[in-house]
Amino acid sequence: MAMGRSRRRIWALAVRYGLLLVVAAVFVVPLLVMFVGSVKPDLDVLAESNSLKAFRPSQIENNYADAFATSQFGRLLVNSLIVSGSVVVLGTFVNSMAGYALAWVPFKGRRLLLGVVVALVIVPFQAVAIPLLLIASKVQIVDTYVIQILPFIASPFFIYLFYSFFLGLPRELFEASRIDGAGVVRAYTSIALPLIKPAIATSAILSFLAIWGGLFWPVMVTRSVEVRPVTVGLSQVAGTLPTHWGDIMAMSVAISAPILIVFLVFQPAFIRSIASSGLKG
Amino acid sequence: MRLRTPIQGSRLARRPSESGAFALVAPAIALLIGFLVIPFLLAIGLSLTNQRLVSPLPLRYVGLDNYERILADPRFWHALANNVTFAVIVPTAQTVLGLGLALMVNQQLRGISIFRTIYFAPVVMVLAVVSVVWRLLFAQSGMINAGIGAVTGGSFQPNWLHDPTLAFPAVMIMSIWQNVGFPMILLLAGLQAIPGELYEAARVDGANGRQIFVHITLPGLRNTLIFVLTISMITSFQLFDQPYVMTGGGPQDATTTLMLLMVQVGFAEQRIGQASAIAFVFFVLVLALAVIARRFGPRMTEES
Repeated sequence: MAMGRSRRRIWALAVRYGLLLVVAAVFVVPLLVMFVGSVKPDLDVLAESNSLKAFRPSQIENNYADAFATSQFGRLLVNSLIVSGSVVVLGTFVNSMAGYALAWVPFKGRRLLLGVVVALVIVPFQAVAIPLLLIASKVQIVDTYVIQILPFIASPFFIYLFYSFFLGLPRELFEASRIDGAGVVRAYTSIALPLIKPAIATSAILSFLAIWGGLFWPVMVTRSVEVRPVTVGLSQVAGTLPTHWGDIMAMSVAISAPILIVFLVFQPAFIRSIASSGLKG
Repeated sequence: MRLRTPIQGSRLARRPSESGAFALVAPAIALLIGFLVIPFLLAIGLSLTNQRLVSPLPLRYVGLDNYERILADPRFWHALANNVTFAVIVPTAQTVLGLGLALMVNQQLRGISIFRTIYFAPVVMVLAVVSVVWRLLFAQSGMINAGIGAVTGGSFQPNWLHDPTLAFPAVMIMSIWQNVGFPMILLLAGLQAIPGELYEAARVDGANGRQIFVHITLPGLRNTLIFVLTISMITSFQLFDQPYVMTGGGPQDATTTLMLLMVQVGFAEQRIGQASAIAFVFFVLVLALAVIARRFGPRMTEES
């Protein structure tokens, strides 16, 4: 009797883990194909993709060297890093400053401004992209870093995120600083900023993911390799015949690896951040 | 009404803080006006003109011509149909599958957090990257057809991305795979927020697993389910990266979307006026969905 029960328990456990593993394969396999493909000769990637050889290269080729040499991939990585880094750093300051003032500094029109910010959350960037393209071409900043950075610094969503985070902090902190005679700006830098690290992490993670992976806007406003981001470079190489699958997979790994590593290290912060947003569909 | 002595109000708090507050909000206000408010108003205005990206012709008011032209363009109806199909199927499938995954990773098993991480990993991946990888998987001699062949004996071997009837389903399958971890993580949090006493009480009353799921788990997840569904529906109208990389909108416009069409018209064909009209239609659709979600979302939960 006791034997039968423990054996049944082991079976039930095996079934549970079996199911978990099968589902895990669905998510891992495409990523594995990418990693293995990045070190295979171009032709093998497609030819071997319908058998188990897809996971075991029969020949090794360094597509990374190839991608960096022929499509100036290193340059594209630098471009993406400059643009995403600028948006993250500038956005953190601009949005948290506004959120702080809306939450804790009394000034005329604060209610109105808060209402406007909340209303603007619903306007997707895509709805304003076409007029922005026209403006950019009129003032001749198409094909620059600037046009890839400026539109994404101020974000109603992140302002609201910081605003609600500040509201959750004890009021006394800010009142004490006012009595101290510390200026509003100094209170922001010395008291507010150090207290909102979780909100800064959230906005930094979300905006980095959005800009690093962004394709829609750079497709329209970048032309030359000097400013073009990795996503546009990848889609161009992927759209060129004959398809260099090995190079494509090497580029894919180079684009994803940094994000995957940071994700694995800071997993709780990552998951919390994405859960607090809509992100992509 | 806040009560404040005149001295406090005017001298201590008001004066110095007003200018300080201005310094703090000014950058955000300037950027929001320049890159959101003005372009948004401009989109409405431009949609009533013949504006082109570069043009020798003078700017002219054309009334609703652009809107009429869009409505007469079969590409627009193709795109709208695809967006609506996507907005119905993908969020629904993602939510149902996400609930299944959430239940799976909510088990008390050793190493369960590893599975949680694996199921969530595609969510942080760059869309352009997963799109090229899935292009390889969907190739006629690729892994997906090999899998189908192994199961069916090899009769059904379509060329997914070159077949007008299968290309958009392929885009949707990939999109479900990529983002199913998002509803999973929210629903997992929802599951863990349901008080354990409810389950215990139900078990004491002799309820079976199915009854517990229907009468305790599902009602407990109601708010999260509605939130996940509506937010994915709203963002699904922005669909661009997957079809742009996987199919370029083809074959024969089979995978085009409103955003692909807008970029095609406004950027490639340089017709800013007409693309602005598409942008405005897109905005109205998104706004309508958001309003519906806000109106009916909370009400449905209040009934329960």
